[in-house]
Amino acid sequence: MERSRRNFLKISGICLLGLGVKPVVHALAKNEQPQILPGPDAMTAKRWAMVVDTKKCVDDCRDCIDACHQTHNVPDFGNPKDEIKWIWHEYYGHAFPGQEHEYEAEEIERKPFMVLCNHCDNPPCVRVCPVQATWKRSDGIVMMDYHRCIGCRCCMAACPYGSRSFNWRDPRPYIKETNPEYPTRTKGVAEKCTFCVERLAVGLMPACVEACKHGALVFGALDEPDSPIREILRSNFTLRRKPELGTRPQVYYIV
Amino acid sequence: MYDGGKIVVGLVVFIGVVTFPLWYRQASGEALRAPEPKIVTDAKECVAPTDYMRASHQAMLNEWRDLVVRDGMRVYVAFNGQEHEMSLSNTCMKCHPNKVEFCDQCHNYIGVVPYCWDCHIEPKESN
Repeated sequence: MERSRRNFLKISGICLLGLGVKPVVHALAKNEQPQILPGPDAMTAKRWAMVVDTKKCVDDCRDCIDACHQTHNVPDFGNPKDEIKWIWHEYYGHAFPGQEHEYEAEEIERKPFMVLCNHCDNPPCVRVCPVQATWKRSDGIVMMDYHRCIGCRCCMAACPYGSRSFNWRDPRPYIKETNPEYPTRTKGVAEKCTFCVERLAVGLMPACVEACKHGALVFGALDEPDSPIREILRSNFTLRRKPELGTRPQVYYIV
Repeated sequence: MYDGGKIVVGLVVFIGVVTFPLWYRQASGEALRAPEPKIVTDAKECVAPTDYMRASHQAMLNEWRDLVVRDGMRVYVAFNGQEHEMSLSNTCMKCHPNKVEFCDQCHNYIGVVPYCWDCHIEPKESN
């Protein structure tokens, strides 16, 4: 072919056209790949959070603990050294260290506060995990992947709330009633509350919230201004655990 | 070669002992028996064609695990348009509740020990 400017421009034009072919071919060649969906009833939010109304909490009630631990196959080793806990009772001075004083109302002193993973906005456990077995989801839940956990326990050292427990032993023999729908854990992994992601995915409230007969636990989306949880936060004075550490915990307490 | 006879006999015995597991399995016919996983479900189709499941179920399970745990995706639309929850215990084992006769058949045959069951709960089997 004659080497001319005209021919060069012609070939360049054809080449440019060729670039446009790729998306067309892609669109036509779209084969029927299996699709992946989040599930039809899944509850979504930009930021999940919980309010614990300790005024409504009844002293010896363990409904939320039992419901959670039964749903998630949490073992009971019967000794505090090996204890695994997702949600548990803590006394005021332990839940809010530095807040207590010696002239405290007796009721506050005696009352058990429900504590659980705070699903921090700035979770220290996530920052220290060397294998990203724990991470913060886009909806704010600090999630745990037991498949990836190597049992280094850095997260336990980093968490200022003691919300993480380690399986020093095989938990299976210590689970009273096994829920076959939810896996157990194995020896050598850390575990904690996950705000019931598996229940949110099918449109159910967390097990502890559902089990509470007194309405002391309220779970909801912080990003929706009209949600019940926002209404409660608007109309009540609330505390968070150890906010001075900068973890921005997302479990709020009405005391 | 000094003591050639003894050495040759010794070598033959040694090789015989070392290779014992190999030829014994062959001779007993156990190695020739192909595993026969038993399917008990009434469902016509699995979540993917049988050939694919036979060869790549482990890859699919890994993919499902990551999608569910890490991405929060829970529903799998199969090749035939059927929707399934991506769950080992709640989907796979509902159709294949006979782990011993199904999973273990091949896994034992080739000596693969998956650690799924360290955490996931295997269905209670009737037998």
